[in-house]
Amino acid sequence: MIQIRVRKSLLMASGKTELAVDFNLEAGSFCTLYGKSGAGKTTILKILAGLIQPDEGFISVNDEVWLDTGKNINLPPQKREIGFVFQDYALFPNMTVRENLQYALNGKTDKNRIDDLLERAALQQLAHRKPLTLSGGQQQRVALMRALVRKPQILLLDEPLSALDLEMRQTLQTEIYGLHQSFHTTTLLVSHQLSEIYRLSDFIISLENGKIMAQGTPAGVFGRERLSSKIQLIGEVLSIRENGVVYILDILVGNNIIKTVTTAEEVQGLQPGDQVKVSAKAFNPIVQKL
Amino acid sequence: MNLDWQPLWLTFKLAGITTFLLLLLGLPLAWWLAHTRSRVKPIVEAIISLPIVLPPSVMGFYLLLAFSPTGFPGSFFSDVLNVPLVFSFTGLVVGSVIYSLPFMVQPLQAGLESLPNSLTEASYTLGRSKTETLFRVLLPNIRPALLTGTVLSFAHTIGEFGLVLMIGGNIPGETRVVSIAIYHEVESLNYGSAHVYSLVLLVLSFLILLTVYLVNKRLVKTL
Repeated sequence: MIQIRVRKSLLMASGKTELAVDFNLEAGSFCTLYGKSGAGKTTILKILAGLIQPDEGFISVNDEVWLDTGKNINLPPQKREIGFVFQDYALFPNMTVRENLQYALNGKTDKNRIDDLLERAALQQLAHRKPLTLSGGQQQRVALMRALVRKPQILLLDEPLSALDLEMRQTLQTEIYGLHQSFHTTTLLVSHQLSEIYRLSDFIISLENGKIMAQGTPAGVFGRERLSSKIQLIGEVLSIRENGVVYILDILVGNNIIKTVTTAEEVQGLQPGDQVKVSAKAFNPIVQKL
Repeated sequence: MNLDWQPLWLTFKLAGITTFLLLLLGLPLAWWLAHTRSRVKPIVEAIISLPIVLPPSVMGFYLLLAFSPTGFPGSFFSDVLNVPLVFSFTGLVVGSVIYSLPFMVQPLQAGLESLPNSLTEASYTLGRSKTETLFRVLLPNIRPALLTGTVLSFAHTIGEFGLVLMIGGNIPGETRVVSIAIYHEVESLNYGSAHVYSLVLLVLSFLILLTVYLVNKRLVKTL
């Protein structure tokens, strides 16, 4: 079991906020930190890794205390058994793929582990290449494998798939899940991709402005507001046109443009560029497999 | 024409020792500047960069006062270590290190700052210490900056004149470096020797800079 209780005041673009979270993770679980950028997700990962110091806090991992500001215990990142996958992968450009993995070896680790991991990720052919000559997906695989060399107790993934295209993202989601299963590590993922969260996580922590808004299973957390016969979308107004007594709005939702008819009252105060919520009641769509 | 080769040898000895000391001193300083959030950082940066804008005679004048047996650290060097700093080779080395410091620190600092922080963080999470991170991750990835810093410091030390003249004078075998020797030969109307010294410096400086640009191009490619 992993216990985390930390507090830290942060200076964000929006001003001062206080990060104050308190949660437990079951060993071996796959948990996702979900929330807007600036909610404090990455900061939590870095505090867990020992890369950022909280103002006060307590972290214990499987009965080993990593941080206890009350007792002045604070293990450096080197002593915490973590695997960290960074958003920009952070592969060392001067080393080959194999050397990147070998860099994580210490005296205790079995040397065959590098070959096992390379094989597992189908990277043997690329082992002698420098990371910058690889594709985004391949770099991501190397970063994942490098994070696993030390057999970490917790695997921390900071939006690892955000820079990849949809197809590659889905392939890697499956891979990440497979790795999580076979290495029995506790995995903490930062993501704001709902489909990713649904596919991967057992447990979700939803963050807003440094505070936990909800936690539970994906269906439990999102169920309340997102899973119902209603549809609710967040979009951006592209244009507002008058057409007789009504107004026609073009709203960008994701990559789709939705055209909708509104009354003069609804349009009041709206201008192109505004963020809007589009919802429909008694929603009965047709769902087809592509 | 009987040319004295000693000034050339002395110049390269001075530049070599200075560059070596600057690497030892400049690296931790650049690392600190690249990572610190301290409020004194701009002050330290300004002091390090002073030699770029100050006339060498101003630097030389203050260093002369500081290096003299009655000043500090001159008194310490002459009384405790028994090595005088004015009009001595040791003094030239100390002066050159101060004078060429920005040419070492600035490229290294810029190189370190250009590396994403996540490289350092990744190295820590992989169990590696600060020193290992510096030597195995950071330095290999700023090789162009290292080369630039080293060569510029070396070349800048070769090109010193005003400062050397102020604190070193013109003692053959001790402080008479090439730039001083050229001045001395011209004053004595020995244009022949002045020509040879000048040509050697000109050709060498050009070759050094050419090498830097050629090698840097290649280093950037292979990285």
